[in-house]
Amino acid sequence: HQVLRIVPQSHEELQKVQELQDLEHLQLDFWLAPRRLGLPVDIRVPFPSLQAVKAHLKAAGVSYSIMIEDVQALLDEEQMEMLRSSRQLPLDTSTFNYDTYHTLDEIYNFMDMLVAENPNLVSKLEIGRSTENRPLYVLKFSTGGTNRPAIWIDTGIHSREWVTQASGVWFAKKIVQDHANNEGVASVLETMDIFLEIVTNPDGFAYTHTTNRMWRKTRSRHSGAICVGVDPNRNWDAGFGDAGASGNSCSETYHGPYPNSEPEVKSIVDFVKSHGNIKAFVSIHSYSQLLLYPYGYTETPAPNEQELHMISAKAVAALSSLYGTQYEYGSIITTIYRASGSTVDWTYNQGIKYSFTFELRDTGRYGFLLPARQIVPTAEETWLALKVIMEHARDNIY
Amino acid sequence: RAMELPPSHFPAARAAAVAVGYLRYLRGGPGRGLELRELRRARRQDIDDVGHKYYLELELEDVLDKDRTVNCTAEVLYHLGSKNSAPDVQVTVQGELRSTEEADKEFYNWIRSLEKELVAENIPDSHGNVPPELEPIHLLAWVASGYVIWQNSTENTKFHLAQVKHVKQVKRSDEDLQFDFVVLLHEMVSQEVLPWQVTLLWHPQRGAQVSQS
Repeated sequence: HQVLRIVPQSHEELQKVQELQDLEHLQLDFWLAPRRLGLPVDIRVPFPSLQAVKAHLKAAGVSYSIMIEDVQALLDEEQMEMLRSSRQLPLDTSTFNYDTYHTLDEIYNFMDMLVAENPNLVSKLEIGRSTENRPLYVLKFSTGGTNRPAIWIDTGIHSREWVTQASGVWFAKKIVQDHANNEGVASVLETMDIFLEIVTNPDGFAYTHTTNRMWRKTRSRHSGAICVGVDPNRNWDAGFGDAGASGNSCSETYHGPYPNSEPEVKSIVDFVKSHGNIKAFVSIHSYSQLLLYPYGYTETPAPNEQELHMISAKAVAALSSLYGTQYEYGSIITTIYRASGSTVDWTYNQGIKYSFTFELRDTGRYGFLLPARQIVPTAEETWLALKVIMEHARDNIY
Repeated sequence: RAMELPPSHFPAARAAAVAVGYLRYLRGGPGRGLELRELRRARRQDIDDVGHKYYLELELEDVLDKDRTVNCTAEVLYHLGSKNSAPDVQVTVQGELRSTEEADKEFYNWIRSLEKELVAENIPDSHGNVPPELEPIHLLAWVASGYVIWQNSTENTKFHLAQVKHVKQVKRSDEDLQFDFVVLLHEMVSQEVLPWQVTLLWHPQRGAQVSQS
């Protein structure tokens, strides 16, 4: 038995899938029944019917993915869990559980649901593909206009920093809620767009689920490299290869063979350059409870360092006001360590004056293994800091 | 001759981490986990032919008693060319730490009463969970890793315990409890996560001792 997933993109496709429900002899078991465009339909198909179903879909031009290759094979303890939880897949973003860590598929499913529920505000862009050919998705939040000045937020560039992807999911829902209630970032959305890449390193993220919870880098293999993976936060073209990154492929801070060698990085570079109107760029990591601004590769202060320092002070105060969480702030090179080829050094040098990096909770008690019960409080407090940055960008258009 | 350092900058933060590691080794236990709440002040003195000495004022908290904080001062001396020698650390705790006599006795008796030697893995697990009965073991891993961190730190490193990969109790004929740990240490500057084997002996009155690492 296989479980197929179909996401109908047109009314014709939806109808074709609904037709399958009437073909009783196929003995199909709809885990998720067809409801609306853009919402996933999951069908358990018994072996004898597989060929017929796939032919029906193919003839109609409906694409599907094989969610579970062999249902029988999943009957061991660990994967029974997945089966059970996928039967209880949230039907919409209000039943989605923000209090727990999710898999890549669950997060990608969340994105589709969010778009389907809010088609006038949210759209999903594919900006590229990872080394292992996973789609790189960015959510765009926009109330209109053409190429409005924009804010970029990314989470999960380092895959083991799980609280960041989880916070990204929460941010996405929060933006939608604020807009619906005409509060919070609704005013920012009047004049600016927000771009949010929740799983910036999907290959690494999948690897943290299947094999090594502590995996940080991408999963690329470059010729001549003994080990797998490049540190995506050392792969940008800003001080590339200088002190503060490693030339050894086995290192966690391996910068890669050349700048933008990683598709996860190149896709963002291409996006930023072609968009041309991004005004604030925030890249989110964990842990250490820090708010950082350029530079990491040089001790030369950023030209508007005083302004960045002032914004940081305000953002950190806002963050702290919620649960008392203490943050330090400053330039990367003075506050945490020298780092070359880092994301926000590049974006800053592109002219994005408000470039910041966060290191979220905690300060080492749990580190990367932050208890799930801290996801929502972390996201809530971080959001207050993000709003300070977004509002400053909105009020200081350049 | 001692230079004032911004507490938010990394040199002071790294020295503070060494002091906390040392203090955890000295004063930590199954009922006490000391954490840095805030680094209040830091100064550095460069001593010719000796090394760099940091003077720190720290505010600590016990994770099992978060409503209180405890102040302490610390001195961390990194020796010149410190490849092979641990930093010298001195810590003075101001005031009293909460007594853990009851909790220690309870834990000691529980372990001694186990028929099979305790074995556990992945503390915390991927989702950050620690089963409540294993929290004392988690805190003993802080003691053990505190020793390793103190012994292996330089001005260019900052270590944290990332996870207890494996712990095995080893029954002894004397009165000490013995735990053989494999811990994962996260080193912030290189970003490496390094496994380390460390054997910890612990006794409610005598405290902790690392017998090998």
